[in-house]
Amino acid sequence: MMDRRNFLRGAALGAGTLVIAPRMVFANVETARRFVFIIQRGAADGLDTVIPYGDPALAGLRGPLTIDPGDMNKLDGLFALHPSLERLAGFYRDKQSLFVQAVASPYRERSHFDGQNMLESGGLRPYERPDGWLNRLSSLLPKSQEEAIAFSPTIPLALRGAAPVTSYAPSSLPEAPDDLLTRVSALYNADSELHALWSMAMENRGLADAASAKQDPASVGTTAAEFLSRPNGPRIAMIETAGWDTHATQKQRLANQLHGLDQMIGALRDGLGDVWKDTTVLVATEFGRTAAANGTGGTDHGTASAAMLVGGAVQGGQVIADWPGLATGNLYEGRDLAPTLDLDALIAMVAAESLELDREKTMRALFPGRPFNHKITGLVGA
Amino acid sequence: MNRFGLGARLGDESPEDAKGWLLEQFETYEAKPAAMTDLPSSAEIFVAYREDGAEIRDLPEVKRARVRQELRKRGQKLYEAEIGARTLSALTGQAPFVEHLVHFWANHFAVSADEPLTKALAGSFEREAIRPHVLGRFEDMLFAVETHPAMLLYLNQNRSIGPNSIRAKRAAGRASRKPGINENLAREILELHTLGVRTGYSQTDVTQFAFAMTGWTVAGHDGSDEAKAGVFEFRSQFHEPGARTILGKTYAQEGVDQAEAVLSDAARSKATATHVVTKLARHFVTDEPPTSLVKRLQSAFLESQGDLPTVYRALLNAPEAWEAKAAKFKTPWEWSISALRALGSTTTMARTAKQLGQPVWRPQSPAGYDDIAASWAAPDALVRRVEVAERLARKADPTLDAREVARALIGPSLSETTAIELARADSPAMAIALLLVSPEFQRR
Repeated sequence: MMDRRNFLRGAALGAGTLVIAPRMVFANVETARRFVFIIQRGAADGLDTVIPYGDPALAGLRGPLTIDPGDMNKLDGLFALHPSLERLAGFYRDKQSLFVQAVASPYRERSHFDGQNMLESGGLRPYERPDGWLNRLSSLLPKSQEEAIAFSPTIPLALRGAAPVTSYAPSSLPEAPDDLLTRVSALYNADSELHALWSMAMENRGLADAASAKQDPASVGTTAAEFLSRPNGPRIAMIETAGWDTHATQKQRLANQLHGLDQMIGALRDGLGDVWKDTTVLVATEFGRTAAANGTGGTDHGTASAAMLVGGAVQGGQVIADWPGLATGNLYEGRDLAPTLDLDALIAMVAAESLELDREKTMRALFPGRPFNHKITGLVGA
Repeated sequence: MNRFGLGARLGDESPEDAKGWLLEQFETYEAKPAAMTDLPSSAEIFVAYREDGAEIRDLPEVKRARVRQELRKRGQKLYEAEIGARTLSALTGQAPFVEHLVHFWANHFAVSADEPLTKALAGSFEREAIRPHVLGRFEDMLFAVETHPAMLLYLNQNRSIGPNSIRAKRAAGRASRKPGINENLAREILELHTLGVRTGYSQTDVTQFAFAMTGWTVAGHDGSDEAKAGVFEFRSQFHEPGARTILGKTYAQEGVDQAEAVLSDAARSKATATHVVTKLARHFVTDEPPTSLVKRLQSAFLESQGDLPTVYRALLNAPEAWEAKAAKFKTPWEWSISALRALGSTTTMARTAKQLGQPVWRPQSPAGYDDIAASWAAPDALVRRVEVAERLARKADPTLDAREVARALIGPSLSETTAIELARADSPAMAIALLLVSPEFQRR
């Protein structure tokens, strides 16, 4: 599909900057890289995901949530992965996954909805921006490629904005006949909002026919892989996961949640085949949970959490952390894991390196007004 | 009819005085319609669930899985029966505007049917905590909501225990789990149910309120009054002793009165009025409600001390509410209910709602479902609606003429494009399907 805006931009540049313009066009068209953002909605407990088993204060805080270190997947002398994360542990051994601990967005309150809003919009305050950083990232890419895609029926905030995006989710509904679809197109011709949405929906039709219509985590991973491995398919995708708000019975629930996430990423890797070497998957949540277990076998809303990076291009086999420690005096407001790394900067650096974009320019576009951080570069290889 | 009600019904005369028609519904609304009289109470559901759990525990290991599956099926059946009753009231009830308000409040005070017990209780929550108070005072609805077992269990209030309570002292020294508080419900009351986020309360206020709420639980746990199993109980042994200071005010009350006083103050606060009426205006009028409208509704709320019919009247009397342009993109629930009303048919809404991306009572978040177009108008979501519309149209009365239905339902705002496409359709069912997904029908 010819993009008029991109074409005009190239034409305008052409007069004065002939040397630069063609190179830009070339670089724009040939991006083979894929970037997938998986959001954990509900504040996933980072301390139970990338477990600081070597911290002497852990057992005292966790009480009924304590996991036997013998069951964990050890990463180094301090950290281990939750027992459910078997595939991710395998990727770590293969140097294709890395984990970031004690990381947080600039948000310092404890509302899920404000926290997710800041994480997805990249604003400095909740509800400051109407668009999302993933959409702005997509606008840094060549327009000739297909839109970024959300694997859900609707579009999450991180992907909303000026750049065209689409959505797809497996449906168990019988498909409507082609004739009806053609007529619906005519029906929406005069309605700009519905016309735009409908055109995108029609482009996606049939792309995922072979994928299972199931919505379990592994099937979602398989479907996502099918879209992303197409030569002209989307380069940026977002997958939403929910159910991380473990105020009670955390032990069993988190084991199930993490198992699902592990299966989803595993299926994504298996489905991507050779494309995996060009793929980066980033997993993040809006904030963490209290360091101590609460009175109901769970944890309440906290501050810093863990992020994960998986993919063939990831410089894996390392844990990135400026570990603040879990001793009472080191906890944020006396209750939460203290944030020592900036999630915004991490996202921007990882996105830029994954898609071979300029780091500082990406930081400015995704998280305007937020500080650039040189320390967390080099996590994704060229 | 379309904006405030649930969509015109096949065969309905369009009312001449729309506002009068809406106001009359305050008299004709039934809090407990016939469709709901056979459904069990929340206490009955709770007790049955607990007995089922005991039954499973007594079984030998090999038989557990099969019985568990049986029970899950039974739970699903109850959930679908509750949705069926809600749907029937929405389709046939005499007061569609008030039914619409019930849906609004159930979403404002959302519980999410994620766990088996919450799933079983979600329908009873709407029947017992929302429906009786939809034409009453906000404060009464708030109390009914925060003392309902569905909410107490969903937001983990039931086992929140003060660290210096009698229970905690008794447990001291014993191993296992250390008793403590759970902040979940206290936080969401302030953030979602009353004041609204970023209105000046701090983490300390949340913790203090959580301490005040310790003891608010559901009877039926060890040592509580068996006769009251499944209903709200204040267990003084769980309660954290002492005065609490929340938003600068000290609450020295003992026992259940302490958190009640906090709730009462929250219900009457200006921040709550702003929060609640903004959501109401957003739901019924437009995604970004004008300040003038919010101010009008806020005054009505505060002057009437949260008398909800007074607020609804203010909404219906506001000129902003009657702008001609259909500004709201229907949610999947609203769209399906209006489609069923238009065709005079019924269907199993439980499945349809799920397929359209809005399973009933399951927003997976205590914030409820979003109420703006950006959340619902998406490529894949549109295709789903076309697929459902096609299925509904095939099942509809084959003698229905879409052109006449369109004139009756949409009236003068029917666009020329839609009229032409309806006329061109090659079968009556095709025309009906097109009508249901037309731009005019997607919005209200």
